[in-house]
Amino acid sequence: MDLSSRADEVIAARPSSKPLIEARDVSKIYTVGEQTVRALDGVSLSIQLGEFVAIMGPSGSGKSTMMNLIGALDVPTKGAMELDGRNIATLSSDALADLRNRTIGFVFQQFNLLARTSALRQVMLPLLYAHPRPADAEAMARHRLEQVGLKDRMDHYPSQLSGGQQQRVAIARALVNNPKLLLADEPTGALDSKTSEEIMALFCTLNTEGITVVVVTHEPDVAEYAKRRVLFRDGHVVEDISQPGFMGRAAE
Amino acid sequence: MNVFDSLGIALTALRANTLRSILTTLGIIIGVASVIVMVAVGTGARSEVDRQIASLGSNMLVVFPGSTRVGGRAGGAGTRLPLSERDMQALREKIPGVVAISGLLQGTGPVVYGNANWTTSLMGIHDQFNEVRDWQVIEGRGFTANEVKTAARVALIGKTVADKLFNGGDPLGATIRVTNVPFQIVGVLDSKGQNSFGRDQDDVVMLPMTAARGRIVGRSKLVNDNVGNVHVKFDPGTDLAEAQAQMENLLRQRRSIKPGTEDDFNVRNLSEFMRARTSALTTMGWLLAATSAISLIVGGIGIMNIMLVSVTERTREIGLRMAVGGRRRDILMQFLVEAVALCLLGGLIGVAIGVATATGVALSAQWPILIAPNAILMALGAAALTGVVFGFFPARRAAHLNPIDALRTE
Repeated sequence: MDLSSRADEVIAARPSSKPLIEARDVSKIYTVGEQTVRALDGVSLSIQLGEFVAIMGPSGSGKSTMMNLIGALDVPTKGAMELDGRNIATLSSDALADLRNRTIGFVFQQFNLLARTSALRQVMLPLLYAHPRPADAEAMARHRLEQVGLKDRMDHYPSQLSGGQQQRVAIARALVNNPKLLLADEPTGALDSKTSEEIMALFCTLNTEGITVVVVTHEPDVAEYAKRRVLFRDGHVVEDISQPGFMGRAAE
Repeated sequence: MNVFDSLGIALTALRANTLRSILTTLGIIIGVASVIVMVAVGTGARSEVDRQIASLGSNMLVVFPGSTRVGGRAGGAGTRLPLSERDMQALREKIPGVVAISGLLQGTGPVVYGNANWTTSLMGIHDQFNEVRDWQVIEGRGFTANEVKTAARVALIGKTVADKLFNGGDPLGATIRVTNVPFQIVGVLDSKGQNSFGRDQDDVVMLPMTAARGRIVGRSKLVNDNVGNVHVKFDPGTDLAEAQAQMENLLRQRRSIKPGTEDDFNVRNLSEFMRARTSALTTMGWLLAATSAISLIVGGIGIMNIMLVSVTERTREIGLRMAVGGRRRDILMQFLVEAVALCLLGGLIGVAIGVATATGVALSAQWPILIAPNAILMALGAAALTGVVFGFFPARRAAHLNPIDALRTE
């Protein structure tokens, strides 16, 4: 109780506007055989537009479950989960797909690029599923690839790109639909430390340009880049603190 | 995501596993190829049989003098009683529905014109032969009844003989020597092509029955007016089975055959004989149809199997597509289109193989190449349908994957 009231204070301290993500007393309960597992147990969490949040916690803490809810890939068992003002529990499978398409850009640990598909085509993929479909999909994709520094790699296949470059393609893909939220799951987990720094710096830049970034990670180094850190343990939020973040430290 | 996007994705996926894709579609390839061959061979054979029936003459019965059989032992040449002019006369007068009637003596012999000579098939005929066999004279005229009665030295020649002896010149009115006897050509016969045994029917010289008798076949010791086989053409409304029975009765009487003993002649309906052969071909056609149906089903199961493998292999891709906004129906459509594309690919290969095989068969059997566009469309349609039916289950499975589990798959 103490912790959640503290989270409320943090939120209250921010300029008041409709939060991009709002979880109210959310629980997710799995039944495995005869056992019930409370992956999330009455979590309340609110993330405003423009925040840079790191969600942390050991495995089994509930952070991945929270990420699935934030990503509209799953719906809670109990409680209300609102994304961009819409309660995801009330949406159909198609409406959830459209919500993900419009509002969220996903970045994964394993990049999840399609084999035998050029960087440009990878980035255009979310636009293929958009309703209505943009007429200038290719131009939008080119723009995003330039933004992540892959101007001269547009026709390369994943097998011809380094890990860092592949993750940049994935980030361009996540950005191409102008989402409000960039949701990254262990985005540096498959990268060396130098490339990790570059990728995290890219997230910081994107955040300063206005996009909301949520990074799920168990690495404290990565979490350092965020301006807010939410720690999960046993299905509860046990810590929710603001910190200077990478930009803040760079300014020091 | 529209069908063309799905098609693009499907083709990329199929290209990634070219060999696997082709092997998978083997059942479809065989099924479609056999449909094409079946239809082409069926229609080709039927048209060939129709052509042969037409070349024999329609509504026709043929009487062959047979050998006698005594105690299961067939008698030799001298024992068979030929058909005579009087038998023919009786048939003409006593059997209802007879339109035209002619004997036919057949042999071979040399024909000579100037320096050119040629050994050909010789036929002794009556004046109604051309009508009985629907075998028209295209230049000049046929024989008159009087010419046949008086053993006139006149002849009709076939196209091949005209080409061999006259080499483009006009044969009408020319005198050729047939077995050293001069005959004047009064007509050239319409071309009939090959018969069912591959013999050139245009390689022929026809002579009046009376003039031919004793020249092209020896005179019979038993009758002096042997007419060979008797060809009888009936009115189109005639029941040929009935007419056949009447002819058999009449001939048994005339030839004094005791009840209970075998006929020493045969009355045959040659077009029925041909049709019987067609029905054998039809049976073969049904067997091929069954083969293709089974091939398509087996091929479809192969497609389903490989599509299930494909869905499993690409689970992460499916998860990703769902995460970036792919709806269930987009995923369903993608895999369905892939299955149909796979089947159509096999179908096109099958069409190519089928057309090549059908052409080969038609060429070797020397009948027209008849590849119906309908058959090709039908075969491709069947292939596409196989894709939809057997691709649906894997595609549905893909569409109902949970995106979280799909993304987590290794």
